[in-house]
Amino acid sequence: MGQLVNSDNRMPGADKEADLTERIEAFLADLKRGGCGTGPIRGSGETARETTALLRKVTAQARWSSAGDLMEIIRKEGRRMTAAQPSETTVGNMVLRVLKIIREEYARSRGSSEETDQQESLHKLLTSGGLSEENFRQHFVHLKANVIEAINELLTELDGTTDNIAMQALEHIHSNEVIMTVGRSRTVEAFLKDAARKRKFHVIVAECAPFCQGHEMATNLSKASIETTVIADAAIFAVMSRVNKVIIGTQTVLANGGLRAVNGTHTVALAARHHSTPLIVCAPMFKLSPQFPNEEDTFHKFVSPHEVLPFTEGEILSKVNVHCPVFDYVPPELITLFISNIGGNAPSYIYRLMSELYHPEDHDL
Amino acid sequence: SSILHIAAVVVSGTSVVVYMYTWCLSSSIHISAVVVSMFSTIICGFLFLLVVKRLPEHVQVDDPAVVKRLAKKLERQQIPLRSDYGYKVSLFSHLHQYSRKAPLTQQLSIPSTVIHPSIVRLGLQYSQGIVAGSNARSVALLHAFKQVIRDYTTPPNEELSRDLVNKLKPYISFLNQCRPLSASMGNAIKYIKKEISNIPSQCKEEEAKTKLLTCIDRYIEEKIVLAAKAISKYAIEKISDGDVILVYGCSSLVNNILCEAFEKSRKFRVIVVDSRPRLEGREALRRLVQRGISCTYVLISALSYILPEVSKVFLGAHALLANGYVMSRVGTSQIALVARTFNVPVLVCCETYKFCEKVQTDSFVSNELDDPDDLMVTRKGKTQLENWQDVSSLGLLNLVYDVTPPDFVDLVITDLGMIPCTSVPVVLRVKNLDQ
Repeated sequence: MGQLVNSDNRMPGADKEADLTERIEAFLADLKRGGCGTGPIRGSGETARETTALLRKVTAQARWSSAGDLMEIIRKEGRRMTAAQPSETTVGNMVLRVLKIIREEYARSRGSSEETDQQESLHKLLTSGGLSEENFRQHFVHLKANVIEAINELLTELDGTTDNIAMQALEHIHSNEVIMTVGRSRTVEAFLKDAARKRKFHVIVAECAPFCQGHEMATNLSKASIETTVIADAAIFAVMSRVNKVIIGTQTVLANGGLRAVNGTHTVALAARHHSTPLIVCAPMFKLSPQFPNEEDTFHKFVSPHEVLPFTEGEILSKVNVHCPVFDYVPPELITLFISNIGGNAPSYIYRLMSELYHPEDHDL
Repeated sequence: SSILHIAAVVVSGTSVVVYMYTWCLSSSIHISAVVVSMFSTIICGFLFLLVVKRLPEHVQVDDPAVVKRLAKKLERQQIPLRSDYGYKVSLFSHLHQYSRKAPLTQQLSIPSTVIHPSIVRLGLQYSQGIVAGSNARSVALLHAFKQVIRDYTTPPNEELSRDLVNKLKPYISFLNQCRPLSASMGNAIKYIKKEISNIPSQCKEEEAKTKLLTCIDRYIEEKIVLAAKAISKYAIEKISDGDVILVYGCSSLVNNILCEAFEKSRKFRVIVVDSRPRLEGREALRRLVQRGISCTYVLISALSYILPEVSKVFLGAHALLANGYVMSRVGTSQIALVARTFNVPVLVCCETYKFCEKVQTDSFVSNELDDPDDLMVTRKGKTQLENWQDVSSLGLLNLVYDVTPPDFVDLVITDLGMIPCTSVPVVLRVKNLDQ
């Protein structure tokens, strides 16, 4: 079993290991604190980068002899991180990406081609007659360096996601358009600001009560000289008839192509479908999660009802139930297009992208 | 107005005939014939001006000629003109947008000689939002008019039926400036004006005044109080035990129905949906909880989460338009849309005195813009939109009403019975025939 403790008793080694555990603990504490309604302390892009950097450090410093050991260590750390904040799915997604990287590097080191130990194809099911017996026990000298290099590539990819998405803005926005968006998304903000450099258009932002993150989005957009209007959530359907496109961000893209987005997004999607307005989702690939939507308690996250009915209301609070859900499920039929750092895709293609990013055996950490 | 139409056509026809007559008999032009034809054209011109329906001024703010005309009219009536506030979103440049911090009464001299004090008080209550909701506003208006009638004395050489109507005109302009009149208030005013002009001239003043006061009392009793009872009776048939009923905002009629149903021992629970910035649902919540009804409270963005639990949606209406659209508080159309997606029946409750002849297909052309500063909110000590006026490309939009298409509404419960949305023009026609 691989251990995190470095068996060398030299001072710098112990320091490095203590430093790593300290960083992991700080990261977990941040994740736990980010569970209040206003959202995580850092955006999901930064969370993804921090997770990947931590996993790289773990790979570099932990003691492991074969790929199987390393995968076990990564899985253990991954389980701890996802347990800290289950709704922050980017953490789990990055762990799965790293596991897939390890598998690929192992397969490359072994010399076998990549397709043979991919997910079960129909032919493989018929001929092999059982699950693959790969146990990742072989030791390769350069595996560590290869894995770390691949994780570095992943980090560079993560650094460029927002720019890659923003570069595609001019293909989708024409002049004098009215675009609607909901709440605050850094990806959509960069997308719109990039298009505003060359084209003039009008943006309507729904404020998204009770956290009203739409206000911050509107101030940022108007500082970039984009004509912005802030509307209340109740007016979404009323103004939808004048909107040409709806561009939204999301917290997670689910495996069936649906979204787990901020509450109020389902209403926007329904109103857009009623008026036949295209709904475009700007989501980088690290938000793609292998989870499917389920109606049980694990899908929804609730925060303090104080946001909805404050304590100043008095006695009535003991007599009513108040709910403050954070997320909404948007089914894939309502979505027209996903724009990600690898280009535009229809929701029906998401399952294929997911199979390229993650290995099916890793789906349950 | 149809009589005016016919009169205009007849008079214009005769004037044309007389003109032709004078042209044909060019040799023997009678001065009298020419004079008669001139008079008739002038009269028919006036009649046409009266007959052509004018768009109300408050949806033509972008037309400078209309604004000038209104300013002249208000000056004549000695009522101050209220000025617009803040940057208006371009889609709504044809509507007024006022600030609550600058009520019209600040520009009046108190005590005002032109406007009755109860009307001044009423205008202030409207503009500050103290009296809100279409039933409440109509009842308050009618009570204020009763006070006006009680204090009214006919000046010498004047007839009550004509003078009182002229006295009411500046009051109505003033109230319109404080807050645009609702459809229910418009219908009430039409009724009062008709009653006043129907007073026979030989009627003594005291008798006329008591007659008018009883008319107004009867109107309130019939159209509002008894209508609410009838609607409750029909609506209670639609509430079964174990229901989960969703309501939006604070509709006095819907609250009445729920309280009566609870008294008749129906077992149900209520979900109150509320929206910023008005947060009227809290008032409805207080009234329902006071009666002992078990309630849940959410904001409108949590609608998709809560709707799978709901069995029926009850909505109130501000007005029902002649093409079947329901004009109600902003957010109602959204609730109807999402309810239809989840296959939950939507029932609208509306008294017949709120039915109006207007037709509208979207929420832009005729709407009301509320104070945009209401959208600002302070969270954790920080107000994001504090200086929105300084940023030139930022606008805040605070709509008051929206229209719900009839295909989202399953049933309209009125005091005449339970009708589909598309039967509204039938009811209007029957009402017009009655009158």
